[in-house]
Amino acid sequence: MTGLGVLLGKELLEQWRTRRLPVVAVVFLAFGIASPVLARYLPEIVKSLGGTGFEIQFPEPTARDAVDQFLKNIGQAGVLTAILLAMGSVANEKERGTAALVLSKPASRAAFLVAKVLAIGATLLVSVALASAAAYLYTAILFAAPGAVGWLAMTLLLLLSLLGYTALTFLGSTLTRSSLAAAAIGVGGLVGLAVVSALPNVARYTPGGLSSPGAALANGVDAGDVLGPVLANIGLVVVLVGAAWLSFRRQEL
Amino acid sequence: MTANSPDTAAAIACRGLTKRYGTITALDGLDLDVPAGSVFGFLGPNGAGKTTTLRILTSLAQASAGSATVGGVAVGQGEPNRAGKIGYLDQDPRFYGWMRGRELLAMVGRLYAMDGPELRSRIGEVLEQVGLADAADRRIGGYSGGMRQRLGLAQAILNRPPVLLLDEPVSALDPEGRRDMLTTIRSLGRTSTVLFSTHILNDVERVCDRVAILDHGRLVTEAPVDELLERYAADVYLVEPEPATPETLDHVAAALGAVEGVVATEIRHAMVRVSVTDAVAANRPLLAALAGLDMLIASFERQRPTLEDVFLRLVGRDREEAA
Repeated sequence: MTGLGVLLGKELLEQWRTRRLPVVAVVFLAFGIASPVLARYLPEIVKSLGGTGFEIQFPEPTARDAVDQFLKNIGQAGVLTAILLAMGSVANEKERGTAALVLSKPASRAAFLVAKVLAIGATLLVSVALASAAAYLYTAILFAAPGAVGWLAMTLLLLLSLLGYTALTFLGSTLTRSSLAAAAIGVGGLVGLAVVSALPNVARYTPGGLSSPGAALANGVDAGDVLGPVLANIGLVVVLVGAAWLSFRRQEL
Repeated sequence: MTANSPDTAAAIACRGLTKRYGTITALDGLDLDVPAGSVFGFLGPNGAGKTTTLRILTSLAQASAGSATVGGVAVGQGEPNRAGKIGYLDQDPRFYGWMRGRELLAMVGRLYAMDGPELRSRIGEVLEQVGLADAADRRIGGYSGGMRQRLGLAQAILNRPPVLLLDEPVSALDPEGRRDMLTTIRSLGRTSTVLFSTHILNDVERVCDRVAILDHGRLVTEAPVDELLERYAADVYLVEPEPATPETLDHVAAALGAVEGVVATEIRHAMVRVSVTDAVAANRPLLAALAGLDMLIASFERQRPTLEDVFLRLVGRDREEAA
């Protein structure tokens, strides 16, 4: 991993200077704030728009609704963000020639890839953490304070699921010289995972399947087997990044 | 050392280096030794295999066959790069547009395990050397092509590598920038071995000690520049009378045409062109004949080929086609 520290420093600086980190963090923060607020006030908003002809009955919103809203919003925005962050990470550097600049120096190809994955992971970590903290605060204000440990566990599962989608697109970015092709591979993988999720007992091991145990943990109810899906998703990330390295290590730049 | 193993005493040694892209052979069994301490011109028309060779030496591409060493370290999975043996300037150097010039050099320096005051001082030095000191704290995204090429040279020489691989290093520069860059390259030859790929032959004559000419992936010739020019010098003398009137020109042509060993004389561009069978043997008789004419002679010189003449002759093209 020659040069990992230097390259990680460059990648983190790039996340900041190119505004990826601040933009993603602000978007996630907005979702973190909006999710509990929407869960709390959406019934009233709908009622106020419904007119006088008929009345819609809504159950009283609870903290559980806030958790579901948060996981749904961040889950959807997060997948899109993960694909956007990873799609050009390697492909653009190959296409522009900057990969050749770095790799003609004492820097290994493994370090080049790992630095990128860690930097994207750091952006997602900061953004998810901010969103989660905001969502926790607003849930506590508008409903009742959820268990902090369970909420933290949900946040980590959410981050892990986003890393799965990131790794998928990252592999695509390594295989091609086009960020659009990489995004297509990421979306294709997403569809593939959705199809695989239809198989009995498989869905819980996919990145998307982590939201159910996440919600259960945040709500303080039995989440069932969490370790298996966690290990499966960590394994998925490792395998996808490993495949990216196998492909990249002898590529012509 | 066997015939097929690289000469590890040479700064760069290639043995049977071959690169194929499908059915296309970009490099065809290149055998080349670049002596340590030389400024070595690597010439060839577009597609000759120059860039391919440099990319193999920097491990950015893999050879299909053959082997190479840089600074005595075998080229494989980037070993010479990791050993800090190579400084490399790409023909179209690309950088991170969001970085500042100084930041890029700091990153490159840290990859070479340089740090602290030593790195800061060295960065200042190379920025001065390439003439980018004033633009060092500007975003690279706003640099012109010439400035990027200067920055490319700065990052290539930052760690004082023993071997510098420069791929078309002056192609994006204006005449003044080109002159400065060539002067810098010449001075770098005092501390590093420089392999300098170009198709601007005049630049090679100005800065290189030795040249190799590549065509269709094959080495056509390799020799010191002077030796190559001498080897391909024509057996022709050019004589200019003073004044160069039709009468004086005819008079000189007639006199020299009678000298033993002269094949033909021709008047062209106000000079008498004298073709001889052996330039060395004909030298004294020609001078003696001119002395006997009792007229002023403005110049008497053996016609020397330019590197361009040699190049075009070796790669089998004429001037018109090249132009």
